[in-house]
Amino acid sequence: MPWLSTLIAVPVLGAVGVALLPKGNDKLAKQLALVVSLVVLALTLVMAVQFSPRGTRFQFDETYEWIPRFGVHFGLAVDGIALVLIVLSAVLVPIVVLASWHDADGTGADAPPKRSVKTYFALLLVLEAMMIGVFAATDIFLFYVFFEAMLIPMYFMIGSYGGAQRSYAAVKFLLYSLFGGLLMLVAVIGLYVIAEKNTFMFPELIGAITDPTTQKWLFAGFFIAFAVKAPLWPFHTWLPDAAAQAPAGAAVLLVGVLDKVGTYGMLRFCLELFPDAAKFFTPLVLVLAVVGIVYGAIVAIGQTDMKRLIAYTSISHFGFIALGVFAMSQNAATGATLYMVNHGFSTGALFLIAGFLIYRRGSNYIADYGGVQKVAPILAGTFLVAGLSGLALPGLSSFVSEFMVLIGSFQTYPVPATIATAGVVLAAIYILWMYKRVANGPTTEAVAGMKDLNGREKWVIAPLIALIIALGFYPKPLLDVINPAVDKTLANVTVTEFTPAVPVADQKGAGE
Amino acid sequence: MEPAEKIIQHAGGVIGVSWLMIALPLLGAAILLLGGRRTDRWGHLLGVAMSLASFVVAVLAFVELIGLPEAQRRRGVELFQFIPGMVDMGVLIDPLSISFALLITGVGSLIHIYSIGYMSHDPARRRFFAYLNLFVAAMLLLVLADNYVGLYVGWEGVGLASYLLIGFWQQKPSAATAAQKAFIVNRVGDFGLAIGIFVIWTTFGSVAYGPVFGAAGGADQGVLTVIGLLLLLGACGKSAQVPLQSWLLDAMEGPTPVSALIHAATMVTAGVYLVVRSGAIFELAPTAQLVVTIVGVVTLLAGAIIGTAKDDIKKGLAGSTMSQIGYMMLAAGLGPAGYAFAIAHLITHGFFKANLFLGAGSIMHAMNDEVDMRKYGGLRKFLPVTFATFFIGYLAIIGFPLLSGYFTKDGIIETAMHHSAILGWLAVVGAGITGFYMSRMVFMTFFGEKRWADDAHPHESPAVMTWPLIILSVGSIFLGGYLILGNTFMQFLAPAVGRPAELPVFHFFSVPGLATLALVAVGAAFAWMKYGRAQVPVVAPRGSFLTTFARRDLYGDAINESLFMRPGQWATRFAVFFDNRGIDGLVNGLAAMIGGTSGRLRRIQTGFARSYALSILFGAAVVAGALLLVGNL
Repeated sequence: MPWLSTLIAVPVLGAVGVALLPKGNDKLAKQLALVVSLVVLALTLVMAVQFSPRGTRFQFDETYEWIPRFGVHFGLAVDGIALVLIVLSAVLVPIVVLASWHDADGTGADAPPKRSVKTYFALLLVLEAMMIGVFAATDIFLFYVFFEAMLIPMYFMIGSYGGAQRSYAAVKFLLYSLFGGLLMLVAVIGLYVIAEKNTFMFPELIGAITDPTTQKWLFAGFFIAFAVKAPLWPFHTWLPDAAAQAPAGAAVLLVGVLDKVGTYGMLRFCLELFPDAAKFFTPLVLVLAVVGIVYGAIVAIGQTDMKRLIAYTSISHFGFIALGVFAMSQNAATGATLYMVNHGFSTGALFLIAGFLIYRRGSNYIADYGGVQKVAPILAGTFLVAGLSGLALPGLSSFVSEFMVLIGSFQTYPVPATIATAGVVLAAIYILWMYKRVANGPTTEAVAGMKDLNGREKWVIAPLIALIIALGFYPKPLLDVINPAVDKTLANVTVTEFTPAVPVADQKGAGE
Repeated sequence: MEPAEKIIQHAGGVIGVSWLMIALPLLGAAILLLGGRRTDRWGHLLGVAMSLASFVVAVLAFVELIGLPEAQRRRGVELFQFIPGMVDMGVLIDPLSISFALLITGVGSLIHIYSIGYMSHDPARRRFFAYLNLFVAAMLLLVLADNYVGLYVGWEGVGLASYLLIGFWQQKPSAATAAQKAFIVNRVGDFGLAIGIFVIWTTFGSVAYGPVFGAAGGADQGVLTVIGLLLLLGACGKSAQVPLQSWLLDAMEGPTPVSALIHAATMVTAGVYLVVRSGAIFELAPTAQLVVTIVGVVTLLAGAIIGTAKDDIKKGLAGSTMSQIGYMMLAAGLGPAGYAFAIAHLITHGFFKANLFLGAGSIMHAMNDEVDMRKYGGLRKFLPVTFATFFIGYLAIIGFPLLSGYFTKDGIIETAMHHSAILGWLAVVGAGITGFYMSRMVFMTFFGEKRWADDAHPHESPAVMTWPLIILSVGSIFLGGYLILGNTFMQFLAPAVGRPAELPVFHFFSVPGLATLALVAVGAAFAWMKYGRAQVPVVAPRGSFLTTFARRDLYGDAINESLFMRPGQWATRFAVFFDNRGIDGLVNGLAAMIGGTSGRLRRIQTGFARSYALSILFGAAVVAGALLLVGNL
């Protein structure tokens, strides 16, 4: 079965179906979108179960000729890294659909003028197809196409359904991304021309560029595109605007998945295609990453807008991911990949709950809240759990990934890792202070009538929290899939074997 | 000196399922939190049942453990792969961990039972018991895990429970702030602990106790010192040792049973556990050990001095807790000769301090939640059981001969004296101050004139609250002698922590012992003159600069504020400004320049954007079409 093209086709067809529904069938459009996204999730899970972690690197391979003249293929396949990110996308979309039930209706306080509801849900499904495509693409040109095409649905979701400053935010998002994309396009073409292999297929291009200077230039082209997308400091200023103006559901997909394409691209393309350049640029990238971790966290502390605050925490978290990707250590890179998944869940939950709060109170400003715990304990409780996941509390999934990134980076670069670890203190400040201002203290008058989560909202949050806790205690299923893939990714980058100074005789301590 | 025994893998028996100790209260917490209001009616009973069940498992595991030959009393139980290739989660049952497990579940259960009465009028009682159960589970994970990462998970888990419980009455801004402060200060310590674990991992390639301690001898002393100091930083955070002590006094915002369980008997002692557990590392790093003893002595004095000036009964007890943990920390830095005393004092302190805190809770319960001792006075006739039990706890903590604290604290002082006369005499001075502030507390509360508020009608607490007090008092009387005389506890602990070459002999009439008693008597007498015989003013007099110094917690908060908080606020403000104006301003300016005029930019921002995007879409389509066309040529 052509799993991956099916996974792309189903949401596209679903989107067409939703868009073609006659006017006035908003509810049906929502239901159809939900069903389609659940079908995609089911298919993804069935596929994921059949993936064998110890098998060949890329599985579910499908390659069709697209533009033979240039050796462009419609090539799809996944390794463990791409697989977990596709699963992340497939899990998040139905949740976002359900969470966005009223986002396009134009009710609520500072809501945009009424827009076509079915278009919003059609855009969500188109976006899902693009997200799956971008992670599954093995042809670099195809990757580029998806990379750029993803922008379009997101642009409209922000620009048409967002908050008061949606147009500014949407254009900024678009221009930034196009700027990065343009650089990547140049690099993609450069890679094609210089490699002289007459193909864009990624596996065939590994090791094709050997000249150090060429590697550096091409690396830079890809890296800047990914650094804008992720975003890394100092390319980050579009994200807080975009995330704050986007409807909560779109913000989840933007920060939870779209931005991961950046860090995914670094791991997949920057490291493997240009290993020497990657090593050359490592110190610079590590500096950017560590600055981003601390800077993002400090700026997050100072935010007054809830969604902007969450966006800045993500900038800090993307610093952790980039640190893990470029630490040149197996543990760190595995941790970084896991981080991409876990961050999607925890930040997703945070954005959605912030969305619920904002929908009720009609304000993004933290200062407009207070004492929510008293009137809406479940809402506040889930907000706290999501927040604790954001500060990487052990027992919640993000701890495992952050711990692996830090301990792995410490193996190779102890000083940046130590500075990054200081981020855990700052994380406690930005999360708990936000929570305190929103949920604790005396209940303000404006909050007094706030309703607790309704049934639909509970169904939105419950799966996320269940995943966050389950993966916090038992991350093995994901790690078992990610580990071999990271192994193979790093095989092309000369990573120094990690050798402890005083290795213990027996890892398990049996018979000690 | 005899080293600790090796860890033997274990299967079957109660020890084989000792993870139930953690799982049961965790399950309790999950049921109570997820069950919501449906569980309101019986939630507290479930909480108590889960804690008691955990206690039963601990007792059975203990019985099984002492049934084994001494050399085989360190049993490892494998559970599951947590992070494949790095962390295998397992449980380590040995004399050290089982001592903690018994204390946590035993005293924990008593405090659960007491809370039924104490929290009976609170509408959120179920949630309270959920958090208590969560705490017990996390604390047990902390002490039972067989590796540093498992310990770290429990370590932050108890931090979470502490956060939730300090802020339990979170509508009060002071409680919410105290909770947040506790978590953040603790995270500073956790930062040290985390880096310590990173160094352990990079040095040994393992985080499991058995392998790491086995290989410690081959490691460079400098590295071991670094590890020791980093672990100590973690310990300082959790155990409220100088310089990370400032959160504990604020933590008294939590309900009193929380102060008794978490901020006196168990969680705050986790730092001592960490140092003793990591003995194999500290013993090879004398500098780190020296710093441990210095931290201990400084804190035992600082806590005692703070205790002298507090009128809030709970804050007085909190200063005292700091101080007593300082004693434990001091002993923990003295190597195998001190470990047994550190842990024995930790256990007896668990009893008498829980007793004192719960007693304070009983007094507050009687006095409309008043905590100001200046508004107490003459309560002994109205709260006879509370008075009796509190008085026993008082005698135990000041080291009245033959009571628990007498044996365990004296053991610490003697060992410290043996090690270094300065440390020893400072510990003696600390004991004298303890005699003063604890006597002051007893006199202000139970003796003298009534200074109550007009609406106070003190009444003795119900049996569900007094029985735990009585049980804890019995422990406060006898436990110390039982553990120390004949070195019972040192022998018991030896398989886990090793034993000194020469076993100590308890002298009833040693010079330091007599000096301690004399100083305690002087302190008590001084307190009697000032607070027993003399009138206690209802409003605190201004006092000398020394009093102010102690009242302001030795300016701990002021130092933190001026060194960290204010610079941090400035950094935040600057960073936010820089981000909005600097980076973003640059980008927007650039965009405006490229756009030619800022007017055009404004137009882009207000609606023509979609057409712009459409043109991009159109352009992309053209490119794609062209490529397709070319491809087909």
